[in-house]
Amino acid sequence: MAIKNFFEPFTALKHLGMKPHTIRLPYEKKMPADRVRGFHSNDLEKCIGCGNCAQICTCQAIKMVEVEDVPDGFGRTKFRPQVDYGRCSFCGQCVDVCPTGSLKLTDKFIWVTEDPFDPETGWVFIPDNEKFPYEGKGWTTSPETSLLQLERQEMPERDPEERKKDFEPVIKGFTEEAALIEASRCMGCAICMQGCPTGMYIPHYLNAIEHADYERAVDIFFINNPLPEICGIICTHRCEEACVLGIMGKPIQIRYEKGFAASQVDDYRKVLGHPEPEKKGKKVAIIGGGPGGLTAAYYLRLKGYDVTIFEALDVLGGMMKVGIPRYRLPQNVLDKEINHIIDYGVEVKYNTRVGKDITFDELKQNYDAIYIGVGYHKGLTMRIPGEDAEGVLQAVYFLRETNLGRPPKIGKKVLVVGGGDVAMDATRTALRLGAEEVLLSYRRRIVDMPASDEEKHEAMAEGVKFLPQTLPIEIVKDENGHVKAVKYVKTKMVPQPGGKRPKPVPIEDEVYEWDVDTVIYAIGQAPDLSFLPENWLEKLELDSRGKHIVVNEYGMTSIEGVFAGGDIVNPRADVISAIADGRKAAEGIDKYLSEKG
Amino acid sequence: MSERIETIREFEYFIGPQHPGITGNFSIKLKAKGDIILEAEAHPGYLHRGFEKLMEQRHWVKNVPMVCRICVPDPDPNEVLYAMGVEELAGLEVPERAQWIRVMVLEMSRITAHLFYLGGIAGALGLYTIPQWTIGDRDYVLDRFEELTGARVYHIYTTPGGVRRDLPKGFADRMHKTLDYLEKRLKDYYRLMFDNPVFQKRTIGVGTMDPEWAMENGVTGPNLRGCGVKADVRIDDPYLVYEKIDFEVPTADGCDMFSRAIVRYRELEQSIHIIRQVLDNIPDGPFLNKPGNPMMWRVPPGDVYVRVESSKGEYGYYIVSNGGVKPYRVHVRGPSMTHGIHVIEQLLVGQRVADVSAIMFSLDICPPDIDR
Repeated sequence: MAIKNFFEPFTALKHLGMKPHTIRLPYEKKMPADRVRGFHSNDLEKCIGCGNCAQICTCQAIKMVEVEDVPDGFGRTKFRPQVDYGRCSFCGQCVDVCPTGSLKLTDKFIWVTEDPFDPETGWVFIPDNEKFPYEGKGWTTSPETSLLQLERQEMPERDPEERKKDFEPVIKGFTEEAALIEASRCMGCAICMQGCPTGMYIPHYLNAIEHADYERAVDIFFINNPLPEICGIICTHRCEEACVLGIMGKPIQIRYEKGFAASQVDDYRKVLGHPEPEKKGKKVAIIGGGPGGLTAAYYLRLKGYDVTIFEALDVLGGMMKVGIPRYRLPQNVLDKEINHIIDYGVEVKYNTRVGKDITFDELKQNYDAIYIGVGYHKGLTMRIPGEDAEGVLQAVYFLRETNLGRPPKIGKKVLVVGGGDVAMDATRTALRLGAEEVLLSYRRRIVDMPASDEEKHEAMAEGVKFLPQTLPIEIVKDENGHVKAVKYVKTKMVPQPGGKRPKPVPIEDEVYEWDVDTVIYAIGQAPDLSFLPENWLEKLELDSRGKHIVVNEYGMTSIEGVFAGGDIVNPRADVISAIADGRKAAEGIDKYLSEKG
Repeated sequence: MSERIETIREFEYFIGPQHPGITGNFSIKLKAKGDIILEAEAHPGYLHRGFEKLMEQRHWVKNVPMVCRICVPDPDPNEVLYAMGVEELAGLEVPERAQWIRVMVLEMSRITAHLFYLGGIAGALGLYTIPQWTIGDRDYVLDRFEELTGARVYHIYTTPGGVRRDLPKGFADRMHKTLDYLEKRLKDYYRLMFDNPVFQKRTIGVGTMDPEWAMENGVTGPNLRGCGVKADVRIDDPYLVYEKIDFEVPTADGCDMFSRAIVRYRELEQSIHIIRQVLDNIPDGPFLNKPGNPMMWRVPPGDVYVRVESSKGEYGYYIVSNGGVKPYRVHVRGPSMTHGIHVIEQLLVGQRVADVSAIMFSLDICPPDIDR
C-alpha cells in the first residue's frame, strides 16, 4: 500500500463547500417532470363513465360510483371513477385506456390528510378538475399511446364502377380472421347497448364471436332480435355511434360482426333448440308482415299463441323486402330469417289487405289481440305544379315495384328529390336500372342529410351527382305530358335560435332548370291507416302532429287489445326500432292476455 | 489463550430482518465460535408477495405495473424481460427505436443499482461519505427516469410491443449532461473507495470464492466476473440491440469482495459509454407496436425462457401460456436467489461476524427478488 493511498480519501474534502443536492437547503420546491404520474384528474363532463379504467386497474383501486350532477344521456352513464389511493400504484394504465382522454394523471403528488377515511378529505375520492387540477403537466393519453384498439378492419366492398351495373351485394363480407380481430377490439363497457333500441347484448355476443363460438352468439342474438343477419347488414347501427372507441378512433363494426356470426349458422332452429311451446289456445292477428310483425309473431309463437299474419302483398318482409334494394340486402338472407320464423307454425295470409279483403271488425271479433305493424308505405308529394306529369314517381312505389321484379320504366336522366336513406336507395336503384345520369336534389347541405354517411359516400362513389341547397319549384311537361325539365331555385341556410338546425330559405330571384326525363320523390312517407273503419279511427289516439300512434309502455294503443309498433309508432323508422317494438308488443300481448284470463 | 477460546460456547446470532447491516427484509442466522462463523442459515420469506401467482390472475397487459416490483433497486430488467417473453410468445414485433430505448433504460437502471451497491458496501464497512455521494448522484439519474418514464423508482415503462412513451424533447442533451457529471464523479469514488486503505484492508482477500465453485453454484453476473470469468448475457446471448453496441465486459481476478466491487465500478463506466451510443445512434420511428385489446388479448400457447444481464446477474423469466387472456404460469429466475441463499450460506463459513454485512452487500443481494 502506497503512502499515496493514505492521503487519497482526504481529497474528498474539496467537496466541503459543494451544494447538497438530496436535501436542498434553503428548501427548494421539487419541480416534477412533464409526464410525472401523480394524482388523478378527471373531467366529469367529458368522462362518459364507461368503466374501462376500473377494468384495467391491476390494483383494483378504481371503483365506478354513481354521481348526481353529471351529464346523462345517449352514450354515457352517470358513473364516474373513484380512486382508492391506498391501493393505487400510479401506473397510469387507466389513463391509457380512457377513450375520451378525460382521465389524466396530474403532476401533483403530495396529499396530507388527518383522517384517511373522511369522505371529504380522505384518500378515497372521485377525481375531478378541482381537487388536483390538470395544468398541462402529467400523464395523458393520445391515439399513439392509447392501449385501445383504435384501428378497425375495413369491410371490403366491390368496385363502384362494377357494382353499379347489377343488384348483387355491395359489401363482400368479413373474412373470419377480420371478424375475429374486429370483435377482439371490444373492451366490454356495454355503452353500445344504450344505442340499440332493442338492447341487444352486444359485448356478450362480441365476446362469443371473438371465441369463434357463433352458436353462442346466435343464442344471444335471439334473446331480443329474431332477425340478426338482416340487422347485421342493413341496421342503422346506433350502437356504433355509442361505441366508445369512436371518440378517439373508429368504432367497432358491431353490425357487420353480427351479420358475420349469423351467417355462420345455417340452422337457427337447431342451435336455439326451443322446446315445443305449451298451447295457450289464444289467437293473435298481426297486420303487416314486416320486421315488427315478424318479431312479434316469433316471440308470441314461442309463448304458445296461435299467430296469423295478414300481409297485403304476396311476400313477407315489409319494407325489408320492398323498400330496401337487393344490392343492400340479398334475398337469400331474407328467406333464411323469415322462413325460420314461419317454421315455428306462424300462419300467413298473403294478398290479404285488411279493410279490403277482411275487415278490421272481423279481426277484432275473431282474435284475442291485434298487432298493427303496417309501416309507412305512402309517399309524400311536394305539391308543386306539374306533378301529374308522366315520369313522376314515388320512391316507395319505384323501389317496391323494382324489388318485386317489375321495375317501372325510367328515362336516361333521373332527378331524385330528398336526402334520406330512401333517396339514396332510389338514386342507386335508378343507376342500376340503366339511368345514365342521376341527380339528387336536397334543400339543405350535404352534412344535414338524414341519410347515413356510408350510403352518401357509396352513392357519390357510384356517380350520383349531389345538388345540395336546391329546391324544385315546377315540373315542366313536354307536349305528350311527359317530364321534360324541372325548374328550381337555390336556397340559403339561415341559422335558427336555440341550437336548432339551420333552415333553408329559397332565394327566389333566380330560377334555374335541369333537363331530366324522370323525377322520383323521396321526401318522406306517411302511414296509410285507411284500413281502419271510422269508428275505430276515432278511438285511436295519435300524437300532436297526427303522424304517429300513441302507445303505452307495452305497445298497446288507446284501443284495448290493439297493439302497434314500427314506423307508425316510432319516429326513428328503422328496422331495429320495429324489432324492438315488436318484441315489446309481444311481451305486452302476453301480459294482457294472461291478465285477461 | 487458545485453550480459553476452546472453552467458549458457540453463539447464535440473528442478523435481520431488522438490522442496519442487512439489505431489505432478510435474515441470516449465524452460528459462531467467538466471531468466527461456523454455520450460516439464510432466512428469506419476509417479503413474499406472491407475484408469480398474482400474475396468473391478471391479463397479460395488466401485469406490466406489477413486475417492476420484483426488484426494487433494479426494476427495469423485470419489465423488459416480461415484455420480451410475451412478445416472443405472441410473435409481436418490437420497433427498432423501442429496442434502443430499452437498452438505454436497462443501462440507466444498472447505473442506479450499481451506485446503490457502492454506497451499500462502503456503508457496511463504515465509510459513510460514499453512500452520501452515490445515493445523491443516483438521484440525478432518477431525475432522467422521471422525465422519461413518469416515475422515479417503479418506472412501469416497458410494455409488450415497445415502450409506453417516446423520448421527451431535449432528453438526449440532459442525459448527456448527467452522464458528464457522473463520469467526473466516478474518479472521486475511486479515490475515496478503491484507493482507501481501510476499504482495501477490509475487502482484499475477504469473502473469496473459487471460480469453478462459483460456476457450479450458479453464481452469475458481476459476482462471477469478479472471479475472472468473462460471462455476460449481453455478449453470450445478445438480446435487443446489444450486438450493435460497442462495450467491454470488465473482469477482475481477485475472487474477493474488492474484485466484485471494482467490476461494478468498471461497469458503471461501460454503462455510461453504452447510453452515449444509444443517444447518438437511436433511429427514428414508432416506439410502440400495440398489442391487442388489453382485456381480450390472447397469447398463443407455448412456453419461453428469456434472460437478460441485470446489475445482479442473469435474470430470467419462464412464461407459459395456454392460449388464454392471462399467463398460465410465470416463473422468475432472479440472481439473488442463488447468491442470497445458497452461495452466502457457504461463503460466510469461516468469516468474521463483522464482515457479514459487507459480504452480503458485495454479492448485491436483493431480498424482494428472492421472495418475489
